[in-house]
Amino acid sequence: MKSIFLAATLALAALSSAAQQKIIPAQSSIRFVTTQMNVPVEGAFHRFDATVSFDPKHPEATKAEFEVELGSIDLGTDEGDHEAKGKAWLNVAAFPKARFVASSVKSLGGDRYEASGALAIKGATQNVVAPFTLKEANGVRVVEGQFAVKRLQYKIGEGAWAATDTVADEVLVRFKFALPAK
Amino acid sequence: MTPAPTRYTPTAIALHWIVAALIIFNLCFGLYTVGLPLSPTKLRYFSFHKWIGVTILGLASARLLWRAFHPVPALPASMKPWELKAAHVSHALLYVLFFAAPLTGWLFSSAAGFQTVYLGLIPIPDLLHKNKEVAEVLRITHHWVDYALAAVIVVHAAAALKHHFIDRDDVLVRMLPRPKPKSP
Repeated sequence: MKSIFLAATLALAALSSAAQQKIIPAQSSIRFVTTQMNVPVEGAFHRFDATVSFDPKHPEATKAEFEVELGSIDLGTDEGDHEAKGKAWLNVAAFPKARFVASSVKSLGGDRYEASGALAIKGATQNVVAPFTLKEANGVRVVEGQFAVKRLQYKIGEGAWAATDTVADEVLVRFKFALPAK
Repeated sequence: MTPAPTRYTPTAIALHWIVAALIIFNLCFGLYTVGLPLSPTKLRYFSFHKWIGVTILGLASARLLWRAFHPVPALPASMKPWELKAAHVSHALLYVLFFAAPLTGWLFSSAAGFQTVYLGLIPIPDLLHKNKEVAEVLRITHHWVDYALAAVIVVHAAAALKHHFIDRDDVLVRMLPRPKPKSP
């Protein structure tokens, strides 16, 4: 009797874990491009996590949550990283994580999809629409896309940095997430 | 064979003084900007510094081209052999550093991930991929090349003043713009 119960519990656990997928960090990336004095400058966040339940046949049933550790920002220089974590920019001490919760995903035909949902950074929340492509190979699904964020809507870059002639308002976010296909 | 000229041409004189002004300004400006705390002003100044550097690279190339097609005035016969040698070496060094300073800056900028876009309009290709370690080596190289350039400029200017005030020859004057002849 006890063993049947255990088997049932394990089966149930297996079922629910099949529906939820964790990203494969080594094959995933979150990069962004800011424009400084008309010059595109690339950066990245190295630590992030996501819980995704996504079935390409039923995109509308998608559940996805992404969390980015803002302290893992990499702008290529220590001076830049330090500044970006500071109060005027991301204020990592007070707001350590950015969070995106997909509220709907729809198919755009072929391997193209569009996710929309709430993106919360530095205490502000804005709706974001992110088109992406989905490619599957060797048991790995790769979701890749980009969307633009207006940094000033999140008060990223306050005070003197709010001027957009040195650092433009629009920041392009490029994401790539690898997920196990099954 | 045409005899060696006694003066530099107006083109050579103009290029000499424009490049001199830009280099001296950019050396001081770069040193000042490095010391600023990170701010929009600092980003702006670094862009200006790079634009001036690109301008210097272009004008220094023009000067080298000018030299390739024009004989330079001969040095005074009164100069001792070691003085002639020092004059040639320091001029060669100046030209090497005219190119080394902007080129190391350009490479540093590339490796740091900040492309140079001349006047904010013309993107100059990145010569290197973004790499923090390489960028640090190039930052230090650019720094020392600039100090070397400043040192040779000081020697160059001191030598020109010595020629003028101590040797009382025409070495400085022939690189100065000639005053307009008074109309009779």
